Amino acid sequence: MRWIVLPVLAALDPPMRWIQRRIGLARLPYVFLLPTMLIFGMFSFLPAALNIWISFTGGSSTLVSARPFVGLQNYEALLACESIFVPKSCPVSGFAFWTGMWNTLAFAVVQVPAMIVVALATAIVLNRKIRGRGFWRAMFFYPVMLSPVVVAVVWDWVLKRRGILNALLTDLVRNYNELVAGLPFDVSMAPFRAVNWLGDAGTSWPFFWVVFVYSWSHLGFYMLILLAGLQAIPKDLYEAAEMDGTPAWRVFARITLPLLMPTLLVALVLSLIRAFQVFDEVYVLTGGGPGTATRMVIQHIYETAFVSDAKLYGIAAASSVLLAGIILVLTLVQLALSRRQAGG
Amino acid sequence: MGRVLTFLARTRRPGRIDWTDVLAYAYLALGVVLILAPVVWLFVSSLKTQRALVESDPRFLPYEQVMVTLPGSTRPVGLVEWTAPDGTTRIVAQIRPSGADLIVADPAKPDETFTVPRRATKAHEQVRARTENYTEPTLQGGRMGTFYFPRYFLNSAFVTVVATLITLAISSMAAFALSKYRFAGRDTFMFLIVATLLMPATVILVPLFVVVMNFGMLDSLWGVIIPGAATPTGVFLLRQYMLTIPDELIEAARMDSASEWKIYYRIILPLALPALAVLAILSIIWRWNDFLWPLVVLTRSESFTLQLGLSSFKGEMNDATHYLLAMTVLTLLPVTFVFAFLQKYITTGIANTGMK
Repeated sequence: MRWIVLPVLAALDPPMRWIQRRIGLARLPYVFLLPTMLIFGMFSFLPAALNIWISFTGGSSTLVSARPFVGLQNYEALLACESIFVPKSCPVSGFAFWTGMWNTLAFAVVQVPAMIVVALATAIVLNRKIRGRGFWRAMFFYPVMLSPVVVAVVWDWVLKRRGILNALLTDLVRNYNELVAGLPFDVSMAPFRAVNWLGDAGTSWPFFWVVFVYSWSHLGFYMLILLAGLQAIPKDLYEAAEMDGTPAWRVFARITLPLLMPTLLVALVLSLIRAFQVFDEVYVLTGGGPGTATRMVIQHIYETAFVSDAKLYGIAAASSVLLAGIILVLTLVQLALSRRQAGG
Repeated sequence: MGRVLTFLARTRRPGRIDWTDVLAYAYLALGVVLILAPVVWLFVSSLKTQRALVESDPRFLPYEQVMVTLPGSTRPVGLVEWTAPDGTTRIVAQIRPSGADLIVADPAKPDETFTVPRRATKAHEQVRARTENYTEPTLQGGRMGTFYFPRYFLNSAFVTVVATLITLAISSMAAFALSKYRFAGRDTFMFLIVATLLMPATVILVPLFVVVMNFGMLDSLWGVIIPGAATPTGVFLLRQYMLTIPDELIEAARMDSASEWKIYYRIILPLALPALAVLAILSIIWRWNDFLWPLVVLTRSESFTLQLGLSSFKGEMNDATHYLLAMTVLTLLPVTFVFAFLQKYITTGIANTGMK
């Protein structure tokens, strides 16, 4: 690596020296910033501005200048509902958008607290005097490394109708029934019938498993942040509490929780921001189904713009702008929180 | 509730193991089982025959019917265990099925065929890892319908390596400028870089697509590489680290009339190596696992990355589960190895930056 990188960097020295002579030392930092800012400008700021413009235009052209201005039409298509709480009362695009929006909201409301609670419990357990902490920490973090597609294939394989989970549960119930068959009273269970975990439209199972699988693959990241937060709490506080004979739950309520709160808030908001952008795992695992049970708002945007024949870029852009509003607020909260954390 | 908190918050007194420790280890062990079991199950399943997968053979190890080629024949036939009416069990070769019966023969005397009821037989199996699931889609031609593993692998590797090198180069340059110079507009630049956090690719999908299309980078790996090459996380990670490098080193180098570029690559880069390593690892994970953006940019299957190829293969798989599972294992192997060797850097790096 060294032998490739160093000669390249050395070869850049003469031109950079020339630039330095031409523009002077004071302006050289701008040259160093140029590549990064160029990419941010073209692929972050320009699209952000274009997003708003495209949301006011119609047609299916990808040439911005060729797109006719349609005013608020796209927003009307999304928002002209009798009630936004009843997606069926919306126009077609609005139906898809609000279905996705409410699914995403339900997902965020269930997934974030559930995952953070488990992540916190895991971090607290790992913060004890545990043998092989590095091993356990690595194990819990491992799923974070796996790609969403791999995660979806792994769990699809476990959860399919003739998959291992159904086989294990069937076995479990059968063994249990054999075990209790000799008892004088009847406590046997009905034989387990294989469930189509990801495809059963009448049940909440697909939604449950989407939440579970997503949490499974992201938990380790938040556990790590919370563990770092726990380890930053000064040890002498605990020693003092122990000398006073403070009960452990009180130590938790009075020392651990308050001092961990900044980290906890950052973890909460960060996971909320991510939850609103959920797409990859769910899309590969269920494709948004059964029906629209797990169809998230990003899937609506993606399919409206790139999968449907109509290529409704305007509608997709308007949906993005509405979603961006939510993400914007959440991100600002997060930045304020991490600034406060860094300051305090 | 109080009891639970007591359990969770308690730290052990030295030299004593109490019930909270037992619970703690049980919790951790259960967690590890939940994490590893699905992955291990995927791995052992990927070594089974397509038939075992279709029949959802729930046994842990990969079993396969023993096949033999009888003398005087070129076609291999399967061995079955036949339980004769007298209760003895013999291993015979299945010549062909015949209604509810099987026509079988002793492998040693293939000409003397006889008929046994199918119900009295079961396949004679052995444990065998079917490595063909791995070699057939990769080494032998590699084309499975539209699935072309070697191509996808190379595409993914190209994107990952090139994007990571570009990210390291431009982020370290920007971080150098922001940490070691005082210049007009420095705070504005910092603000702009933070502001990009408000515009993740997921919420600017359509215009980003329009821009990339107008640059002619659609269906090109560069369209995947370039837009994500600059990352606010990367710039900040490196800047924080470079702030700790003493300015005296730079002053001394300037005395020796070194150019600023030379200061950057001779002094700053080597000293910032730990932070660069963290960013490199993060970038490799991001790029290797990236899904939504490549999905938008790459439409022709020749330019697919591994993740896209795998997900479209999953969508269309009907009779090739064994290849899908094997290729999924190959996709998770590189990250698993990277993680196994570098987990200390990765976990501490992420804990310190708080970003993914």
